[in-house]
Amino acid sequence: MPFIPHTKEDVAEMLASIGAKTIEELFDEIPKELISGQLSGVPIGLSEMEITRLMMERAGKDGIYQNFIGAGAYEHHIPAAVWQITTRGEFYSSYTPYQAEASQGTLQLLYEYQTMMASLTGMDVSNASMYDGATALAEAALMAVRSHKTSRRILIPKTVHPVYRQVVRAIVSNQKIEVIELPFCTETGQVLPESLAHSDHGDFAALVIPQPNFFGILEQVDALTDWAHSKNAFAIGVVNPTALALLTPPGEWGSKGADIAVGEGQPLGIPLSSGGPYFGFMACKNDLVRQMPGRIIGRTTDLDNKQGFVLTLQAREQHIRRSKATSNICTNQGLMVTAATIYMSLVGPEGLRRVAAQSHANTLDLVEQLEAIKGVKRMFSGPFFHEAALGLSTSVANVLEELKLKGIVGGLDLREYYPDLGNAVLVCATETKTASDIRNYADAMKHALSS
Amino acid sequence: MLIFEHSRPGRRNYSQSPTKPADKSAIPQHMLRKSPVLLPEVSEMDTVRHFTRLSQKNFSIDTEFYPLGSCTMKYNPRACNSLAMLPQFLSRHPLAPEDTGQGFLACMYELQEILKSVTGMAGVSLTPMAGAQGELIGVMMIRAYHEARGDFARTEIIVPDAAHGTNPATAVMCGFKVVEIATDKDGNVDLEALKAAVGPQTAGLMLTNPSTLGVFEKNVAEMSRVVHQAGGLLYYDGANLNAVLGKVKPGDMGFDVIHINLHKTFSTPHGGGGPGSAPVGVAERLLPFMPIPIVAKEGETYRWITEKDKPQSIGRLSAHMGNAGVLLRAYIYVRLLGVEGMHRISEYATLNANYLMAELRKVGFQIAYDNRRASHEFIVTLKDIKDNTGVTAMNLAKRLLDKGYHAPTTYFPLLVPECLLIEPAETESKETLDAFVQSMKEILREIELQPDLVKGAPHSMPVRKLDDVKAARELDLSWKPNA
Repeated sequence: MPFIPHTKEDVAEMLASIGAKTIEELFDEIPKELISGQLSGVPIGLSEMEITRLMMERAGKDGIYQNFIGAGAYEHHIPAAVWQITTRGEFYSSYTPYQAEASQGTLQLLYEYQTMMASLTGMDVSNASMYDGATALAEAALMAVRSHKTSRRILIPKTVHPVYRQVVRAIVSNQKIEVIELPFCTETGQVLPESLAHSDHGDFAALVIPQPNFFGILEQVDALTDWAHSKNAFAIGVVNPTALALLTPPGEWGSKGADIAVGEGQPLGIPLSSGGPYFGFMACKNDLVRQMPGRIIGRTTDLDNKQGFVLTLQAREQHIRRSKATSNICTNQGLMVTAATIYMSLVGPEGLRRVAAQSHANTLDLVEQLEAIKGVKRMFSGPFFHEAALGLSTSVANVLEELKLKGIVGGLDLREYYPDLGNAVLVCATETKTASDIRNYADAMKHALSS
Repeated sequence: MLIFEHSRPGRRNYSQSPTKPADKSAIPQHMLRKSPVLLPEVSEMDTVRHFTRLSQKNFSIDTEFYPLGSCTMKYNPRACNSLAMLPQFLSRHPLAPEDTGQGFLACMYELQEILKSVTGMAGVSLTPMAGAQGELIGVMMIRAYHEARGDFARTEIIVPDAAHGTNPATAVMCGFKVVEIATDKDGNVDLEALKAAVGPQTAGLMLTNPSTLGVFEKNVAEMSRVVHQAGGLLYYDGANLNAVLGKVKPGDMGFDVIHINLHKTFSTPHGGGGPGSAPVGVAERLLPFMPIPIVAKEGETYRWITEKDKPQSIGRLSAHMGNAGVLLRAYIYVRLLGVEGMHRISEYATLNANYLMAELRKVGFQIAYDNRRASHEFIVTLKDIKDNTGVTAMNLAKRLLDKGYHAPTTYFPLLVPECLLIEPAETESKETLDAFVQSMKEILREIELQPDLVKGAPHSMPVRKLDDVKAARELDLSWKPNA
């Protein structure tokens, strides 16, 4: 019996101790009419050898492509040690650290993670993670409304990841919070602070500021942050963690800094793996910490005055506060954070800066080479980080199909998300792409556009 | 020592990032970061040692018996991990074309079908990333269902007082008012209280069955009738599905919407607190409201169902499609177990729980709801012991750590004073359970002879009892270089 160690003798002795004749008898409190028969939709069991064969076949069918899509999930080098250590049984098969004394490994790691994320975002404190970038943004919006007290409106520019906007809307609308989308300048690809100043948005609890935005464009974060603050609203930064090694962190935006910073943690050592599991990060200023959702780890001392770590501020949480909790969030993405903490330790501050700088340089290269092709032009004039939107003279779907035949997943067709942009594709080249990868891509694009 | 204390300025792992500094940049000067980033500068070997040592400070299923009630800490087969981490699966971008992911999508589709079969629901969506998110999505569908019928008067969700804290927190997050109903002396929901609570304002009832008291809700059919008659829907919290898998289907019990904790029943890793995964299943009438994406099969081809196919969907609740890698692990697990194994899960989980309950009763522990069968878990109460000796459930829990066992769930459910909720899971052997009983017996003896030894526990962990009050009062949430 897979994963069940009982021998016949064990079962007999155990039933005797219980005073039951059969295992079946142990279910005698379930009304007979509810007992179900066979499970017709479940196939018969496979051995490990057989399932290995099956999964290798399935994986083989999917193959491996040269990937040039970003759009919220980025391919970066992951040191071998990251997942070898992360999948040690002691991390992989432990639970939420409720018994602090028997979970100091996970707790100290999370404290180290909080330290790294607080510094990376330039904020005072970080929590121990959220589900993903999109839900982290939704929770930030709820947190801003809870803290603001008078307004239940959130401003989100259309340069924020379109799915993030959908997720925010789905989650906050349950609490009658209104989401107002702000237009962007189709010239620069940015939200223009001066245009905001000239339109009346009424009262609002927070402005969401993406950096870089969905098009890879860098926003004028200082002016946007100051504008939100001048309206007595919170500024929520939604940021790429790799970019933070190079760019001014949210905590230093404008004259006072953003109030909450969130984002997708996947670029920090998490494989693309079809979309998950990833993790969301959330950091904030000190005065908002009691409104923060999710697990938070604190350093304290034991009976011998020795340093130790515990889950703290639990009075915010559902298992204590039930219906009055800051969120229903229970566990988060502990194992992903384990990987991210090991990743950040292995690359260090200079390594992360180089990853960011090389990703930027590679994308510059890619864009320059593609722009030199007839029928390709940059959509926006604003500065970009490691992603760019390109307009094509022909259908993006057809071009991507051609590239795929050459083993290249060439970018994201923006038609579904921004139909007004016409034939536009979003491309990304991280540090994983070599000069020859980029040249190959450009050659393939040239060929696709001329055919 | 913290990782930051191993750091030395200028130390780097040259093979882990680009070897040469980038030769071009077009980022405007004023946008560049000026403050340093506080990441450690440590060698690869020191990093590996540091985190390996940290891991050794954890209790885990791979190292200790972990009878944490309502958490289903069963063995996580290694094959599930290694096969989910095949390079093709790891390298696939979530927005890559569907035809580059047919192998992956086939696994997802089959997992949906298997979950439908074991739960008796009409549709399954794999997107929720944790139990609490599954709950949120489930309650959002209940809301969408009522609103689609033009019924805006249903503002209340009923939750038994024994429920997990996530249930009421979820209902509130979804904009509902929570109505708590009591439990009777046998551990069932008080049927009369339920009848009095339902009405035209009832949106639904959230129920865990077997309940967190470790007993099967005998009146579930009647409860279903009462709630449905009032126009409400029934939500099944799948936290305890391990107890009845292959025996009873939530769909047959009358539930309209459910979530299934794959990190419990389907053995995906708990990972020190996530990532979880909690697919939702729905009855026929909730199909239009399911969250997207969902995998469809057309001929021999798999594709994503999106908002175009489901215009009434409650929408997207994650940036992509949920915790894909966790779902792969669950898929591999169900294929390894197969149909025979599915039935055995609940049988042996129940056998282990009832055996452990019987043996602990024999050595002198008081069982709550002692007139009932245990499901896959049961409750020991230390109320009398505390009254007589001052030793609390938490003291006993900490003493168990000294004996090499992770503690059961303590002080939950809140209804039973000084309680330990114990769930052994089907993957533990009789010898392990016997050794645990032996240790529990030793602790009883210690409580009698050396109560201070138990009150001062743990004694053999990396740290002794930690000061939670100080942690909350003198908040120290990140390390500072010069503090």
